Amino acid sequence: MTEPVLSVRNLQVEFASRRGTLRAIDGVSFDIAKGEVLGVVGESGAGKSVTGLSVIGLIDPPGRIAGGEIYLAGRRIDNLPPEEMRRVRGKRIGMIFQDPLTSLNPLYRIGDQIVETIRTHLNLSEQAARRRAIDLLAEVGIPAPEKRIDGYPHEFSGGMRQRVVIALAICAEPELIIADEPTTALDVSVQAQIISLIKRLGRDHGTAVMLVTHDMGVIAETSDRVAVMYAGRVAEIGPVQDVVKNPLHPYAKGLMGAIPTLAGDDKRLVQIPGSMPRLSAIPRGCSFNPRCAFAFDRCRVERPEPLARGAQSVACHLYDSVPAESAA
Amino acid sequence: MLAFTLRRAIQAVGVMVAVGIIAFSMFRFAGDPVSQMVSIDTSGAEREAIRKTLGLDDPVIVQFGRYINNAARFRFGTSYQFRQPVTNLLMERMPATLELAICATIFAMVFGILMGVYSALRRDTWLAHLFQAISLIGISLPTFLIGILLIYLFSVTLGWLPSFGRGEVVRIGWWTTGLLTLSGLKALIMPSITLGLFQMTLIMRLVRAEMLEVMRTDYIRFARARGLTTRAIHFGHALRNTLVPVITVAGLQFGSVIAFAIITETVFQWPGMGLLFVQAVQNVDIPIMAAYLMMVSLIFVTINFVVDILYTIVDPRLRSTVSRAH
Amino acid sequence: MSEAVVPHSAEKRTAAAPGWFRRVLDSDLLYSFRRSRITMIAAAVTLLFFLLAIFASVLSVQNPFDPAQLQLMNSRISPLWTADGQSPFLLGTDEQGRDVLSAILYGMRISLLVGVLGVVFSGALGILLGLTAGYFGGAVDGLIMRIADVQLSFPAILIALLINGIAKSVLGNKLDEMSMLGVLVFAIGLSFWVQYARTVRGSVMVEKNKDYVAAAQLIGLPAPVIMLRHVLPNTMGPILVIATINLALAIITEATLSFLGSGMPETMPSLGTLIRIGNNYLFAGEWWIVAFPGFALAALILSINLLGDWLRDALNPKLR
Repeated sequence: MTEPVLSVRNLQVEFASRRGTLRAIDGVSFDIAKGEVLGVVGESGAGKSVTGLSVIGLIDPPGRIAGGEIYLAGRRIDNLPPEEMRRVRGKRIGMIFQDPLTSLNPLYRIGDQIVETIRTHLNLSEQAARRRAIDLLAEVGIPAPEKRIDGYPHEFSGGMRQRVVIALAICAEPELIIADEPTTALDVSVQAQIISLIKRLGRDHGTAVMLVTHDMGVIAETSDRVAVMYAGRVAEIGPVQDVVKNPLHPYAKGLMGAIPTLAGDDKRLVQIPGSMPRLSAIPRGCSFNPRCAFAFDRCRVERPEPLARGAQSVACHLYDSVPAESAA
Repeated sequence: MLAFTLRRAIQAVGVMVAVGIIAFSMFRFAGDPVSQMVSIDTSGAEREAIRKTLGLDDPVIVQFGRYINNAARFRFGTSYQFRQPVTNLLMERMPATLELAICATIFAMVFGILMGVYSALRRDTWLAHLFQAISLIGISLPTFLIGILLIYLFSVTLGWLPSFGRGEVVRIGWWTTGLLTLSGLKALIMPSITLGLFQMTLIMRLVRAEMLEVMRTDYIRFARARGLTTRAIHFGHALRNTLVPVITVAGLQFGSVIAFAIITETVFQWPGMGLLFVQAVQNVDIPIMAAYLMMVSLIFVTINFVVDILYTIVDPRLRSTVSRAH
Repeated sequence: MSEAVVPHSAEKRTAAAPGWFRRVLDSDLLYSFRRSRITMIAAAVTLLFFLLAIFASVLSVQNPFDPAQLQLMNSRISPLWTADGQSPFLLGTDEQGRDVLSAILYGMRISLLVGVLGVVFSGALGILLGLTAGYFGGAVDGLIMRIADVQLSFPAILIALLINGIAKSVLGNKLDEMSMLGVLVFAIGLSFWVQYARTVRGSVMVEKNKDYVAAAQLIGLPAPVIMLRHVLPNTMGPILVIATINLALAIITEATLSFLGSGMPETMPSLGTLIRIGNNYLFAGEWWIVAFPGFALAALILSINLLGDWLRDALNPKLR
């Protein structure tokens, strides 16, 4: 394999607040290869969205990237000057936000918004850009695109609007798409369509996809690999089958236990006791230790670093010099 | 869309009828119209004769009908002090007031939007703070004080600009304009600033608040994620979305500008409808007061109506909800 | 947290006070007041102006409106610090030999009197109409609120001028200074009632359907009385804010009417009348006759506006 499309190394993001500096992301590292879908999962506030926004360079003050590096196809992008980073956004990295209802400017026709984006990044004439816009709309599954291109956002349903948003994200053939909860705001019936659309686009164009969601079901269906985040850190990362079937981190175990299965066994869903700590009150040692059933003294003092276990990587003291069997 | 327009039109007519009742009551009941028209030594019989010719003995409802009928054809009776038809007096002075109000509104819009956009995009610069201070002063200083201050600075001390009147005007049909002569233009500067300053601060505050609001929306974040240039985001997306409410407010305020011109016209002895109205209030010239009220109300109601319709055209979301509503 | 800020002595003293007053003290009103230097200055200036107005007769070197005390030989003296200044006329004198400072103090008294009375009148009217509209609902509510809507789209100065003109026409020559003052209060009151009415009506609408109203009726208490006890404390904060900002507006409106010649007469001038008089001498170079009353008016309004802004922010936690 060649170089990964996206490589995040030891990322740290801080927010200045009245109560001092809060660390939203603390030492996150992962890679995404060409054509690969990486699912990023975790509770709200775990730092999934902030990670996505850091990659595309949209962390606004009072937030800032405090450390680490982000590489896009081998080239460092987290320290690019604003104007160069702008050229990367939309052209080499496309982004899809959660709420399609508010992602589009209500006063512009969707065609104008697509053409505007295409012409910002590609050297095309107005007509050529418009033809490309129609093709894009067709590709994301909008019926009668040559007619719908002149519609205003409010004339589209939620699912159709999310398709428009996706068309906007891929209109300059980006190498990477960051999809931040792309289905959360949609009807359940539409969610599956959007998910398979994103998956198909990634496959057809060889695009790497970073899929941020709190929905393990979506990840299991779409992703090649999955990163489980907790309190601004990656708890576990690995191939999706391994992590779903054999989660290593106690938090990942809890998370997998919390997925209802269609098999219908009458085991009660497992619940993780407590809730994720606020950024201002992250405990010492492993941030999961107050909720962890396996926590021991070391967990309350020392922060666990990622350890390789086969194809998986887990940040948990249970796997450090202790045979895996005793933990499982 | 048609039902919406019709509903708005009915509302507008309703307001005008209400204002008509007030104007008629003023004319009929606030003091005796006859005693205003005659001298003290007019005999009782003569007074009765005038009363008859004015139709003041008819039932009130008949008189009201006649008043509204006349008002609808822009006949408002005769001024007590000038002994001339009120309509002529108002029409003569209307161009002066409209020119002043339009210039003031343009001044307010241009500077209000520029200052508002600047202080929203460069929030913590000293210039933005200066604009905020100006807006506080603009809201706190009474209009007439601003006028006096300008006169003292530019007329008394520096001698650059005339302190009163319209300068030389050119007559085009029944319209007179000061826009075509140098002295006319010079005479417009200070009254326009005085009249427009309050609107300018209003627009500036509104633009700033709206712009900050819009900059926080998802579609601006998405526009940034699409890699659009800062220029396209600020002036294409944010400003355009800001301008919809701003233009509505500015349009609705145009009626107020005309009414506020009363003060500015008095300070600068500007020969417009406002000055006429102030003199009418001082001399208890009820027909002029009533007619002015009707005229200004008509302008208000018309503007409200037009802005409502325009709003639905500018904002595509409203257009379809409106057309779906019927 | 806010409880800790309030000293215990204050809590004890206000134990018997009405609920809203205690809530005002319990909120961090005082705290935010002491943190904003510009608000403290504005409060000090406002207080100073009120005191100057109240003690005008003690502080003035003359009663500027008693013709017997004016001497024409003292006319048009420039302020004390200029070359032609003369003691005791600190800010100079006008055409009739009237001490400008004394005229300002007396004029301030009239301006503040009309402003305060106008606010009280408009507040009473607005609260009454708001209660009526909210309590009865239906057609009464529709009528009052429609009038409010229409009136709100017309500038207050136009309404005040009209009322003024009508009053003059009805009362004819019987208008002396005191009745002119009454007419101004009346005109200002009728121009500014809408905001109070809307606020009170909204609060009544909320309270009306609550259980305690039905419960009170069950034990034979008249619902209006009960509601009044609950509605007024709830709306006291917003009403206080509206009243403060309206005080500035009322003073501006009075000054404007007087400046336009439809307000206080020259025999009993307010600040606006003084500015109107002084404006005639501007071209003759006697700037002080208009400048000082103008400055006093601007400072007064600016201070009250700043107080109003602070009060609005401090009483509305949503904005913080």
